[in-house]
Amino acid sequence: MLEADNLIFSYRRRELPVLDRVSLQVKPGERVGIFSPSGSGKTTLLKLLSGYLLPQGGKVLADGKPLPRSGFCPVQMVWQHPERAVNSRLTMGKILAEGGKTDPRLEALFGIEVDWKRRYPEELSGGELQRFCIVRALGEGTRYLLADEITAMLDMITQAQVWNALLEEMERRQIGLVAVSHSRELLEQVCTRVVGLEELSYSGVKR
Amino acid sequence: MKNNKQRQAAVFFSAALLFLAMVTAAGVLCREAALETDFSRKNLAPCREYWFGTDCMGRDMFARTLAGLSMSIRIGLCTAGVSACLALLLGVAAAVMGKAADRVISFLIDTIMGIPHLLLLILISYALGKGFLGVAAGVALTHWPSLTRVIRGEVLQLKNSEFYQISRKLGWGRGQAAARHMLPHLVPQFTVGLILMFPHAILHESSITFLGFGLSAKQPAIGVILSESMRYLITGQWWLALFPGIMLVITVLLFDRAGNALRGLLEPMENREGVYG
Repeated sequence: MLEADNLIFSYRRRELPVLDRVSLQVKPGERVGIFSPSGSGKTTLLKLLSGYLLPQGGKVLADGKPLPRSGFCPVQMVWQHPERAVNSRLTMGKILAEGGKTDPRLEALFGIEVDWKRRYPEELSGGELQRFCIVRALGEGTRYLLADEITAMLDMITQAQVWNALLEEMERRQIGLVAVSHSRELLEQVCTRVVGLEELSYSGVKR
Repeated sequence: MKNNKQRQAAVFFSAALLFLAMVTAAGVLCREAALETDFSRKNLAPCREYWFGTDCMGRDMFARTLAGLSMSIRIGLCTAGVSACLALLLGVAAAVMGKAADRVISFLIDTIMGIPHLLLLILISYALGKGFLGVAAGVALTHWPSLTRVIRGEVLQLKNSEFYQISRKLGWGRGQAAARHMLPHLVPQFTVGLILMFPHAILHESSITFLGFGLSAKQPAIGVILSESMRYLITGQWWLALFPGIMLVITVLLFDRAGNALRGLLEPMENREGVYG
């Protein structure tokens, strides 16, 4: 189980925290959608859950253990802007290999073509890049996946393709998902549980 | 894939490099000729046999110019190389070794940039007893700050980039991630910085030699030639200063343009606009 316990985080000291005592539990295979308007701290919460940021209060546990400081992190995050999440000077094949052993089955599932791997990031579209980022984050050690508006830049058909592939893989490996979006319809389609960010927070209604 | 601008830059870069290599090699080969005195041919104006004329001791100015330039280029290469390596080390250290190291190195950069360049150069050279060692140390120790700043900024930016942070979470160690994600961005910055440092190094070497704080009068350095020839200008021997001066300007300009051409080649993003919609 991925647990967040009373997380407190603020970007500047002596200011109202962005996240005030936020708690969340995600079981393996469960898919939680978090819905809230932009600028309310969704991405910050995901960064805390995956260890990119450290909370000023509270703790994050993945399967009972704190997140590792180094080495492969069992909680992986897929970022909102794929073009910033890849190094523009590496070929896509090398970028994919960053996530460990590459799995041809997974690549086929997400519709990654062999020819794309020889190209550089700027020679692919945002949607194509995002598929690489998702596959890269689905390495063998990944137990929980955090999706930060991962399909916001895609058209409807591609969105459906990407999500179908993702759901299939998560079902198979019993990976837990936290998806964040400002589109409630999308979250209701793909998630088993949808909550507003303010419901997770202690200070709740005040926000 | 290569567009026209890139091809031009590549051709120009190779041509400039070839010319400079030839000057350097020729200078080494005619070092003997540069020192040869022959009073039967003194004070000759430029003619078919002596292209750049001869001086009051009958030395062939063409050979002397080539030897001097070659000397300057070699000193320039050495000192710019040392300076650029220093910049790489300090720049990376400032970016990754924490706030204290950053403060110290940034303070050093500001200090050295704050002192007039030539003054510092003369001080260092004079303190080390002039000559080759003085010039080399002086030029090497004064040219690193601006490149250090560039590299520090680049490393800081890369360290905060999403792709670097992601690769750390994917289990890559600090060193591995740096080698994979920082090196490809730093190598072009470093190479271009190094080449653009050559003209500065060469000019400063010649300047302090010209002012008498550099190489000794026995060595056929371009600064020595120019400072000697000043005495003969009023007696109408214009060729002693003109041709060596022009050659020095050409060399410096070529290095500068070659560096800029290389930058165009190594940073293809700016040049490629419009190729992929």
